[in-house]
Amino acid sequence: MNTLSLAFRNLLRNRRRSFATVLAMVIGGVCILLFGGYVQNIIFGMQTGYVQGGGHLQLQHRDYFLFGSGDPTAYGIADYQQVIDVVRHDPVLAPMLTVVTPTLQFGGIGGNFAAGASLTVMAIGEVTEDQNAMHTWNDYHFPDPPETMALTGTSVDSVVIGAGVARLLQLCTPLKVAGCPTPPARAPADGPPLPRDVGLLVAGDAAQDAAAVQDPTELELLAATTSGAPNVARLKVIKAEAQGVKAFDDAYIGMHLPEAQRLLYGSGAPEVTAIVLQLHHTSQIPAAAARMRELLATSLRDRPLAVYDFGTLNPYYGQTIALFNAIFGFIAILIGAIVLFTVSNTMNAAVVERTVEIGTLRAIGLRRGGIRALFVSEGLLLGTLGAVAGVAVALGLAALINHSGLTWTPPGRVNPIGLHVRVWGEARLLLGTAITLTLVAVVSAWWPARRAARLEVVEALRHV
Amino acid sequence: MPLLTVTNVSKTYHLDRVEVSALSEVSLEVRPLCFTVLSGASGSGKTTLLNLIGGLDRPDQGEIVLNGSALGKLSDDARSDFRLRHIGFIFQNFNLLPVLNAYENIEYPLRLTRTRPSVRTKRVRDLLEAVGLTGHARHLPGQLSGGQRQRVAIARALATSPQLVLADEPTANLDSHTGDAIIGLMRAMQRDFQTSFVFSSHDPKVLAEADDAVLLRDGRIVSFTRKSEAEQAR
Repeated sequence: MNTLSLAFRNLLRNRRRSFATVLAMVIGGVCILLFGGYVQNIIFGMQTGYVQGGGHLQLQHRDYFLFGSGDPTAYGIADYQQVIDVVRHDPVLAPMLTVVTPTLQFGGIGGNFAAGASLTVMAIGEVTEDQNAMHTWNDYHFPDPPETMALTGTSVDSVVIGAGVARLLQLCTPLKVAGCPTPPARAPADGPPLPRDVGLLVAGDAAQDAAAVQDPTELELLAATTSGAPNVARLKVIKAEAQGVKAFDDAYIGMHLPEAQRLLYGSGAPEVTAIVLQLHHTSQIPAAAARMRELLATSLRDRPLAVYDFGTLNPYYGQTIALFNAIFGFIAILIGAIVLFTVSNTMNAAVVERTVEIGTLRAIGLRRGGIRALFVSEGLLLGTLGAVAGVAVALGLAALINHSGLTWTPPGRVNPIGLHVRVWGEARLLLGTAITLTLVAVVSAWWPARRAARLEVVEALRHV
Repeated sequence: MPLLTVTNVSKTYHLDRVEVSALSEVSLEVRPLCFTVLSGASGSGKTTLLNLIGGLDRPDQGEIVLNGSALGKLSDDARSDFRLRHIGFIFQNFNLLPVLNAYENIEYPLRLTRTRPSVRTKRVRDLLEAVGLTGHARHLPGQLSGGQRQRVAIARALATSPQLVLADEPTANLDSHTGDAIIGLMRAMQRDFQTSFVFSSHDPKVLAEADDAVLLRDGRIVSFTRKSEAEQAR
């Protein structure tokens, strides 16, 4: 009859109370695991989105991240193909890479002159094939198939715009954007009529503009070239896509890289604002970044470049993780406290009920340490039972949820995705929760166990 | 040479703000292989003296030496170990562990002494046979009568072959017929297992069985009666 066996039998004495205690732990464990699995899925989903769109690492002019958005041409990467070649052929980096692709991001003014509408936009020039390859990255095995860019296979002057841009430039009708409101009609301006000759000139220009715009889905994009002179490109809008975040949706223009370079650099040598590196696995970021820094210090030392990971480039990612970790921590502490008091209450009741028995065991010759070990063992068993059952129930519930077909729309996304709780295979979450629950139960039992061990034998034997 | 020597032992309890003298300068010697009875009215100090002899409590003054060991000088753990190996206890309410069956209850002290399994098994079977409960080895205490429970308790007390067995009113919760049987059994066990019994009782039949009878009153020994060797031999 070892201590654990005796402890187990003692737990079976008051089965209802033991069951209620284990049940409280199971519910607590399930809550922690399901919420943890849900958070894990959100984090992996965000990470997948960032990595599919902007890679794990980006090479940029070392000042572009802080100052480049105002004047991208001043912080471009010249002769970027040479940099890409160095990266692609590096024996250390090459095995880690899936895609290396250039991008060019700049600001400009988009206009639909036929409608008399214009707005400030942010344009991104990309290599469509490379972007499509990046979209296949799915290290966390999400069930959704990779999206192919709408620009794939289109002419070089084609663009995709945000749904907000379509609304603001009054392109919703020709682009057949659903749920896109039209702006209210503006009242004619008050004031004296134009002089007759000026009126005729304006009317003539308007008629000429209307005749010049052949396609109602075209827009003009005005940007400053490297010399500061304005340049305009007439672009064909093939699709309006909602971007999830309104500020981005109201400014986004996606276009082919050569067209973006032609707009900014004209006949000059084209540059890009970033070289995107996508890796096989996120865990390779430290090694790849370290190697990239070595290259920047050796074979690319004449280049004023710096390497950034996606977390640095997207602070929202880190903030979201911190937020969810804080919520998860709060919930875990709350549940831990409930488990602690539940187990402690159970063990305290057991000590009171078994006071005479404690006296008997001590009289027979069991040391104080033996009494302490007995009650701590009961806490350990309760904790282990609760943790194991909690993990099992959480895995079952997670499987049910994952196959239920429920969907939700996470922040920053437009389309709903399947509600997925990532518990199975998350060894760290599962083990961490199980071990923590067990430890909490042991700690909860320790104080009543100490109290039991400190009972005076004679007092304990006299207890009624 | 006495097995147990109690010298000038006093014990006072504090109940709220009132001091109650349970024992006052008690001295006593217990011979080896004897059946010693502590008698006296309720509150006379029998249980207190038994608790002190058993190392369950510490005297305020005086010394108790059992088999050459001064109990007062032992640490708590050392006293636990001493009890385990040298003293057996039989309680008025039997105090068996309810989750263990008769066999396991008797075996428990032997597990604490880390006795080898083969030796343990033989010892428990012998004790079960000696108390007439071989057929009840797998019965839990709740499935046994009061007399049977006390038999298991006697067997448990003798499991580690202690030099001294202490019993506090062992027949108080038994009917007279069963009580007589238990007294008879204890007497037989004391002889068969070559040990000493000290127990408290005010049952005249028990006193009649005693080799030595100690009468306590108000925490003091008022008389000590010893049977002659001829009477003991009978």
